[in-house]
Amino acid sequence: MTSPPLIGVLALQGDVREHESALSAVGAEVKRVRSLVDLASVDALVIPGGESTTMSKLALSDGLMEPLREARRSGMPMYGSCAGMIMLADRVTDARPDQETIGGLDITVRRNAFGRQVDSFETDIGIVGVGNDPVHAVFIRAPWVESAGPEVEVLGTIENGDDAGTIVAVRQGLLLATSFHPELTGDHRIHTMFAEIVRRSR
Amino acid sequence: MSNMPAVGTERVKRGMAEMLKGGVIMDVVNVEQAKIAEDAGAVAVMALERVPADIRAEGGVSRMSDPDMIDAITAAVSIPVMAKARIGHFAEAQVLQSLGVDYVDESEVLSPADYANHIDKWQFTVPFVCGATNLGEALRRLTEGAAMIRSKGEAGTGDVSNAVTHMRKILGQIRALTSMSKDELYVAAKELQAPYDLVKEVADSGRLPVVLFTAGGIATPADAALMMQLGADGVFVGSGIFKSGDPVKRAEAVVQATLHFDNPDIVAKVSRGLGEAMVGINVADIPVHHRLEDRGW
Repeated sequence: MTSPPLIGVLALQGDVREHESALSAVGAEVKRVRSLVDLASVDALVIPGGESTTMSKLALSDGLMEPLREARRSGMPMYGSCAGMIMLADRVTDARPDQETIGGLDITVRRNAFGRQVDSFETDIGIVGVGNDPVHAVFIRAPWVESAGPEVEVLGTIENGDDAGTIVAVRQGLLLATSFHPELTGDHRIHTMFAEIVRRSR
Repeated sequence: MSNMPAVGTERVKRGMAEMLKGGVIMDVVNVEQAKIAEDAGAVAVMALERVPADIRAEGGVSRMSDPDMIDAITAAVSIPVMAKARIGHFAEAQVLQSLGVDYVDESEVLSPADYANHIDKWQFTVPFVCGATNLGEALRRLTEGAAMIRSKGEAGTGDVSNAVTHMRKILGQIRALTSMSKDELYVAAKELQAPYDLVKEVADSGRLPVVLFTAGGIATPADAALMMQLGADGVFVGSGIFKSGDPVKRAEAVVQATLHFDNPDIVAKVSRGLGEAMVGINVADIPVHHRLEDRGW
């Protein structure tokens, strides 16, 4: 019997509390990560929803960006929702030219791809690996995956409407990312999937 | 067809505010200020023609901003853009929605358009933030469809005391609800002048069902740290930054103090060398009929 994994939530800005609740609900130990000491103590990291421009700036100003990259390179599992997906992308379009990311996912992400807040929406989508029932997905000024490299597994796409076919959930090795916010709905299957990735990585 | 994407839902409106948590929203009056705010790490900007300190100094009727100005700011920054509509002025709100702003602030800082009714915010796809001085007021705004609440404070003063009063009041009233028996909650709903179901929801969860920011008179990093420690989810800064001696430095300092609100060493560090703070006005010296907190009910 092993102890549950300690999963950090990057707490620079955003919906940290909702991810903490979801992770606790799937049996993980949870810790907020705001410093190098915090980062060194966790087995895995969730990068929450928020403003990716702000999160990127704060990671740089607080000296966390390079340590986050180093943690990711050395095999720390990471999951990012919305802004978190942008933070994990190797390439970002429609962002400030100076926006830096942690990277690791061989994807090009388009910021605010669906439009501004008045275009934010919710819809059901099927997600590979969480069972047959669709996931109710909430998209808020969300990014989408414009293109994905050969190592990237596409887990979900928009199924209806003008944007049908757009990639909104991906996995590459120990990295998981969604354009939407499973932390807002009370359906914890995406967090269960991440906790399972973390357990298997140990 | 039930699976077609749904826009303007309560969840995407409230969720948008959840994404702003832990952040600072700054009042800006032009593109240059908007860029300074974004560079400093603001999570959003509030586009308006005059900051509250100038509205207070110049007087007159204060209205929604010029659409050209809002468009210019929207084009210049990648972070969300908010804008203010007058209390009850649903046509201004319609215009702001048409412009594609990300959040509308139905704000007491502008001159009220309707002294009886607030905007029916359920009619909109764009989400609304509204000010409140106490829990009853906050719950009435939620009943009308607000998706985010902020303390009113006393805008344009640089005096944080009213923001403190309002946050303590709202959070204290929530704490009181959590200890009440069921029969007492019926009376509480009556006294709060708010719907029972909403009062019950707050009593059960111990918090508002939406994000609670603070606003009104925040002028220093320590002000921001104070409000965050009192329980704010984030901070609006109006006149405090661009009416100060060194806006670039102060904007960054307020962002850092909001992030590290529970670390006095960092708040101390970022409080150094900021130059002049905005010139303050003590709320107590403002004639009662000039106080903004009494606008809205």
